[in-house]
Amino acid sequence: MTKSWKSAVLVAAAAAAGLAAAPPASAQQNTQFIGITGYRVGPYGANGAAFFGGFIDYLNLVNERDGGVNGVKLTWEECETEYNNAKGVECYERLKTRSALGPTAIHPMSTGITYAIMEKAPVDKVPLITLGYGRTDATDGRVFPWVFPLMSNYWDAATGIVRFIADKEAGNLKGKKIVLLYHDSAYGKEPHSVLDAEAKKLGFELRMIPVPHPGNEQQSQWLQIRQYKPDWVILWGWGVMTATALQTAQKTGFPRDKMVGNWWAGAEVDTVAAGPAATGYYAASLNLAGKGYPVVKDVEDVVYKKANKGQDAKLVGTVLWNRGLAAAMYTVEAIRRAQEKYGKKPITSEQMRWGIENLDVNAGRLKALGFNTMVPPVKVSCEDHGGSGLVRFQQWAGSEWKIASDWMKGDSAMVRKMIEDSAAKYAAEKGIKPGCMGG
Amino acid sequence: MLYREAGQFRTSYEADQQIFPIRQDRIAFALLMAVAVVGVPLFASDYWLTAILIPFLVFALASLGLNILTGYAGQLSLGTAAFMAVGAFAAYNFQLRVPGIPILVSFLLGGASAALVGVAFGLPSLRIKGFYLAVATLAAQFFVPWLLVKVGWFSNYSASGVITAQKIEILGFVFDSPVRRYLLVLAIVALLALAAKNLVRSRIGRAWMAVRDMDVAAEVIGIRIMRTKLIAFAVSSFYCGVAGALYAFAYLGSVEPDAFNLDLSFRILFMVIIGGVGSILGSFLGAAFITLLPILLEVLLHGGAGLLGLNLSPGTPSMMQLVVFGGLIIFFLIVEPHGLARLWQIAKEKLRLWPFPY
Repeated sequence: MTKSWKSAVLVAAAAAAGLAAAPPASAQQNTQFIGITGYRVGPYGANGAAFFGGFIDYLNLVNERDGGVNGVKLTWEECETEYNNAKGVECYERLKTRSALGPTAIHPMSTGITYAIMEKAPVDKVPLITLGYGRTDATDGRVFPWVFPLMSNYWDAATGIVRFIADKEAGNLKGKKIVLLYHDSAYGKEPHSVLDAEAKKLGFELRMIPVPHPGNEQQSQWLQIRQYKPDWVILWGWGVMTATALQTAQKTGFPRDKMVGNWWAGAEVDTVAAGPAATGYYAASLNLAGKGYPVVKDVEDVVYKKANKGQDAKLVGTVLWNRGLAAAMYTVEAIRRAQEKYGKKPITSEQMRWGIENLDVNAGRLKALGFNTMVPPVKVSCEDHGGSGLVRFQQWAGSEWKIASDWMKGDSAMVRKMIEDSAAKYAAEKGIKPGCMGG
Repeated sequence: MLYREAGQFRTSYEADQQIFPIRQDRIAFALLMAVAVVGVPLFASDYWLTAILIPFLVFALASLGLNILTGYAGQLSLGTAAFMAVGAFAAYNFQLRVPGIPILVSFLLGGASAALVGVAFGLPSLRIKGFYLAVATLAAQFFVPWLLVKVGWFSNYSASGVITAQKIEILGFVFDSPVRRYLLVLAIVALLALAAKNLVRSRIGRAWMAVRDMDVAAEVIGIRIMRTKLIAFAVSSFYCGVAGALYAFAYLGSVEPDAFNLDLSFRILFMVIIGGVGSILGSFLGAAFITLLPILLEVLLHGGAGLLGLNLSPGTPSMMQLVVFGGLIIFFLIVEPHGLARLWQIAKEKLRLWPFPY
């Protein structure tokens, strides 16, 4: 007994020593440290593994193929959040201390974590990139200078989906019945206000039905849907909820080609898990799936074959992997942009904010980077921290996603007005004086 | 040798009944408090304060609350997180809707609201006990977050249901830096822990323990069961409510009802089990153990993997954590049901004899 206790004490002491001497992740000169709050465990682990797989694969590609960004090598550390807000805060605080320059920019990859660290980030001067999630009214950069909902936000998605449905209904939604089946969390509630406004404007009936986390049991919700007999179901799902919704829809006999998911409910992890039940299902997308882009080929050749540093070959080319790839690309391009102003050396998180706010990835640049049409062009400004607002639809064909629409915009005028109103309300509540920060 | 009480004579009832009757304990505790009040703010980094010490204190307070109910009064509860949620949302709403209300009063009212809800959900404990009571408190765990989501008023009609805690300001002094928030939380937790320690040594505390050990016998000797159990629910929920308010205001800064889910309740229950059922010290030990272990594991695994040259997936520490937690809980339940606090007590008894055991 005494011996085992002694060894236990020794282990604890060694661990305490290790804790005191936290590893200096970016002690080397001329590296750019990127903090990653990721998740590969828990009910959303499969989604996280694909997104962060793509993200890290692209960072590796930049290091291996180009030798970094203008000679500045990228380093990173991934901290597991399990999609849990408290853990996300702990990770954020930890990553913040890893480099004197800061964690460059944080992709929280969770609407809840975004909310939890949104008020800490301006104090620490760390920009948050919330690509297609997070707080929608943060698109107004005059009130939220440190938050960047790059590409499109939830309200773009919601109005985009409504427009897509209207197109399918020959342009007229009057008297139609639409159900929003949503993940009962901050994420699932983001589209409520804008869909209400759309329902009033276009004259359709809207019913919102919540699914509690994690959503692997939806009998009662689909019973309600069957009673209500809607024309369309908008699926605001995440993780296991999406696949369950598709399977339960099949069981209750609701046609899948009358279901439209948003972009977090439209990945292979959802549709493959749902099996044949998913065939015909539409989903909005921020980016296209598939391997037919030069940059994906580069990743396969350089990162997977030559350097053997790939994350997971099975995920390459999936929707979320491609999205992670794009997220990393925007991050790297923003670093490049900041370097143009502040010199070709590692930049601070504060300088990174300027880089993101002045980011301009146009069609020519996308082609040069090998992304072609995988993502829409993005041009960020102080007023518009999104930069695109475009959304595209894909349909699951049983084994892969087929493109179902061109890049399109929802009711962007209405979205913009609601964003400004909501941001102004927030500014008044918090005593923020809206304005551009500049360099 | 060092830890020996020989020669310390207690000549009054006060001296005999104090919390730390042994001089060495008093010195050690004074030193600990000095480190917590002076040493930590001087040396701890922001990371330690915001990500480790503040949550540790908040969770210690919550597990203290649960320990009063489960450890002292013997009423198993799975609704801890729900009572925390009540405290957090009540404090937020008092701050929002009552102009000029001092923040500490909001915290207290948050705790009081949680106490009311606790009493309501404690009513079934008069008829049912053990496993069935646990299920009844589980109802609180599902009902409260559902209500907070369903009724927009509670979150001031925030689109996402997330509330953003107001600034902590006391008499014009703003608690905005991690050090200040840490000191505030420390002060509140220390005061409440002192109150709890005295409460469990008082008549009420003894009544709780009598009810816990055998309620029929307690009734026979004249303890009013209903009052005793409901007081336990009220006090316990009050502590959880204040912990919830601190969780929102001093730790995260913004919370959604979903953050107070069953997982959190279980976490706090684990703290009580590992720390020590029926022990004030145990609540702190358990909270320290559960907040520190994941970080320790992560450092160990990352360090170990680095040394061995393994390419470890970042998810591995989280998986390991589940394995280790599960293992430890079974270990403690079998080997030492009174948890870390009991181990500490055994260590003290051994220390008294050291280095010359019989």
